Amino acid sequence: MFKEYTKITNIIGDIIELSAEGVTYRELAAITNHNGDTSLAQVIRIDGTKVSLQVFAGAKGMSNRASVRFLGHPMRVPYSEDLLGRIFSGSGQPLDGKPAIANAQETDIGGPSVNPVKRVVPRNFIETRIPMIDLFNPLVESQKLPIFSTPGEPFNELLARIALQAKADIVILGGIGLKFDEYIGFRRKFEEGGIMDRTVMFVHTAADPVVERLLVPDMALAVAEQFGIAGKRVLVLLTDMTAFADALKEISVAMEQVPSNLGYPGSLYSDLASRYEKAVDFEGAGSITILAVTTMPGGDVTHPVPDNTGYITEGQYYLVNGVINPFGSLSRLKQLVIGKVTREDHGAVMNSMIRLYAKALESKKKISMGFEKTETDEKYLRYADLFEQRFMDLRVDIPLNDALDLGWKTMAECFDRSEIGVKKEVVDAHWPKGA
Amino acid sequence: MIDSSLTTGHVVGINGNMMAVEVDTGSVVQNEVAFVKLPDAKLKAEVIKVIGKKCYMQVFEDTTGMAVGMPVEFTGNMLSVELGPGLLGQIYDGLQNPLTLLDNKQEFFLQRGQYKAPIDREKKWDWKPVVAVGDRVRGGQWLGEVPEKFITHRVLTPLGMHGSAVVKKILPAGAYAITEAVAELEVNGKVVPVTMSQEWPVKKAIKAYKERIYPEELLITRQRIIDTLFPISRGGTSCIPGPFGAGKTVLQHLISKFSSVDLVIVVACGERAGEVVELIHEFPEMKDPKTGGSLMDRTIIICNTSSMPVAAREASVYTGITLGEYYRQMGLDVLVLADSTSRWAQAMREMSGRLEEIPGEEAFPAYLESRIAGLYERAGLVKLHDDAHGAVTLIGTVSPAGGNFEEPVTQATLKVVGAFLGLSRKRSDERKFPAIDPLDSYSLYIDQMADSLNKNLDREWTRMVHEAEALLGRGAEIGKMMTVVGEEGISIEDLVSYLKSEMLDFTYLQQNAFDDIDCAATIERQVVDFKLLYKALKTPFSFETKAEARKFFVNLQDNFYQKNYAAEDSPEYAKFVSKIEEIIVSGGGRLV
Repeated sequence: MFKEYTKITNIIGDIIELSAEGVTYRELAAITNHNGDTSLAQVIRIDGTKVSLQVFAGAKGMSNRASVRFLGHPMRVPYSEDLLGRIFSGSGQPLDGKPAIANAQETDIGGPSVNPVKRVVPRNFIETRIPMIDLFNPLVESQKLPIFSTPGEPFNELLARIALQAKADIVILGGIGLKFDEYIGFRRKFEEGGIMDRTVMFVHTAADPVVERLLVPDMALAVAEQFGIAGKRVLVLLTDMTAFADALKEISVAMEQVPSNLGYPGSLYSDLASRYEKAVDFEGAGSITILAVTTMPGGDVTHPVPDNTGYITEGQYYLVNGVINPFGSLSRLKQLVIGKVTREDHGAVMNSMIRLYAKALESKKKISMGFEKTETDEKYLRYADLFEQRFMDLRVDIPLNDALDLGWKTMAECFDRSEIGVKKEVVDAHWPKGA
Repeated sequence: MIDSSLTTGHVVGINGNMMAVEVDTGSVVQNEVAFVKLPDAKLKAEVIKVIGKKCYMQVFEDTTGMAVGMPVEFTGNMLSVELGPGLLGQIYDGLQNPLTLLDNKQEFFLQRGQYKAPIDREKKWDWKPVVAVGDRVRGGQWLGEVPEKFITHRVLTPLGMHGSAVVKKILPAGAYAITEAVAELEVNGKVVPVTMSQEWPVKKAIKAYKERIYPEELLITRQRIIDTLFPISRGGTSCIPGPFGAGKTVLQHLISKFSSVDLVIVVACGERAGEVVELIHEFPEMKDPKTGGSLMDRTIIICNTSSMPVAAREASVYTGITLGEYYRQMGLDVLVLADSTSRWAQAMREMSGRLEEIPGEEAFPAYLESRIAGLYERAGLVKLHDDAHGAVTLIGTVSPAGGNFEEPVTQATLKVVGAFLGLSRKRSDERKFPAIDPLDSYSLYIDQMADSLNKNLDREWTRMVHEAEALLGRGAEIGKMMTVVGEEGISIEDLVSYLKSEMLDFTYLQQNAFDDIDCAATIERQVVDFKLLYKALKTPFSFETKAEARKFFVNLQDNFYQKNYAAEDSPEYAKFVSKIEEIIVSGGGRLV
């Protein structure tokens, strides 16, 4: 019923152009190359009868006599309980050797945004047993939070550990430009941790075509949305979103769009936001929490990708030198749970411990420059050591309440109660006896 | 189906949310609104460029499924909002669609092409006329009034009316809906009916007033660092630039909650939906300090969050300021908060890119500066034809790329605003809230309002504030010096100045946004607290050793800090005050 075209006029990068009629914007097309290779492609621009499509499998080896058949609908993803435990490519092909999902309901990817008045205020604390997260920047259900890091840091290990410890109903991994080893690493950890049967993986490895990379977040989030509506608490892991942004750049340059910063399209903010904003707590149904990885090129947080991401997301965890840095890290939703869901002294401990650590670093700096060590400095140095060892070390694995008690203990070991800048009633209630 | 008197056309190209349309018949107006008809929905769009028979339009919705040849109907009207009683307490999208009404079905998502009337058509309002037959009126003048929530809503003559008109007919007091004609005016020999509502194109400023007035009165935000150090005037403009995570939104929320104004319009422009959700759920529960009613009753939320269509984001800021100007016409004091103007500027950039315009700096369009200036100039204090004063104060946040204030949006904004409240990454990392950097920030209004401040707050107010500011500068210098020469390298006097400036910063400039008492300080309390602190700052303490000085200030500072958590009229507060006075005397100070 759909007309077939066999005359491609232009091939630019992974974009093909042809003359066609009756085509709708974002419509999907099936392409069969002269050698029998097939791929899907999506309409990204229409100018009169000239139609531009991005080819998911890439245009390498594409003949200008390849056949193009329009399918009459945009990109879709199947959704059913059968997805659990399965692994797919960016364009939805099974990667685990099992058959495709049959009899599933198909849902459009990149659908409309949730009506803000239908969202509820996030209120559930997600305990990860990592004190730098739980105590200082707690993760909240339906939050969207990236890990800002640099290549070589253990961000994927951290992501997998949170997935294993966070007790979500469903885990969806969107791997974007993953190294093959990293992909297997996730799979192993999930299998060993016993969560593979409630996990869906969409994996694009670095060797796969760049257009498929663009699809991974949308596929993962469309599936997450369906599980969320069905009442599940879904945790979506996206790594690495910088690779996603680079794919956007590649396509937009091929489309001759005017670049804004460092070659990225002017719409970078909106493009990232439309994905991250899928994080939601549905009124009367489930939720979607997004944890992503954003690698900072050259460790530069002002690079357009981390910068735009920082404005969109509800905080960020800085993972540098193998630890979560307490200063750049932030959970914007923490006030919704701190002292409300968590213990009432949580806020006070968090703020004064950070403030004291900041001062301690100042003392350290001063002393390293060769200045005299004062009595006050001694206290701060001792505190800094304890803080790094008891809280910052990523191997520490304790529940929040233990971390809070340890916080009071640490402060009492180093300071006098008037030095910590906490409201009197709170100090009275929690200052360790005998200190 | 299509009305033959209207212009029609058909789609010839689609690129993201930009469509090219070829006009079949009739004329086209720049910025006019048109609808494109898809099989499942009619989508709203705005003309942004006309080239011969072809015009380029930004579509306010997702364009998936649109095809060449689809019919387009032009409306002849520019993008407008509906003005009238019933706007207060509403939550709209950037095009003034009421989001709460779109929510009737158990539907989580915003389906495209749904447009609802912004104001209730059926509701009857208690109308009271204030003019009589035969009176001569000008555009934007009061015809009558209806009570709306806690304000008196004035029903206005048409805002765009040229010259004057004569009242031919006016309905007596009674209950009427906004669709009913409550008056008839004779304009240039023609009699026109007037209802309680009217439309106004959002991109045009409402100028139906007598004159603009020099703003000299303080807008109280209850944030000490703003009101005392960097005040904003009623009818003034201010911008809050800051890197991500520096607390822009928390600060905006506090300002919207505690500001001494009649009503607040919050424009959530391209920001996170979560922020708006907090407002929507929090405001109805909170009390307006002025009227005792719910905070939502004095608030309108325009909400076009980051994943909603980008063209509507561009419109949302204009929608917000237009509603502000409308209520200003009633002699009210309106605060418009635009969060964030950078997203608004980016929406212009996206469209400019699709139009293939020659880009300016960082690919922003060349007209960026004039658009920003045009927006901020719509704020102001005015004298109406009815001789009342009304004000629109505009506070915009800016989200500079990389937190770098040198970028085009921040720079263009700085040229046109009166108060610059720059947030710094360093201060927010140190958990200082508000993270407004006292060394970088400024307000032109402190001198502009000097007479009124010195009259209303304290005779010496502006002098004291300038001295405190100088102390902060000195403290920062000494702090820098200490990082080079160490504490042992500076004199005791310098250390004391440094500790004083630290104390001023820690106990006065910072507030605990999440403490019920410390989150907001009334202006009366600020005056009392600031004067007590000023006394401590001016006392020339003398110490034998630096350790002694530090110990003294730890104690003094802790008392000032704890005082912030005590309610103004509580015995604890009085206790802290006398303790502080005692410490000042013990350090060799004399109380005056």
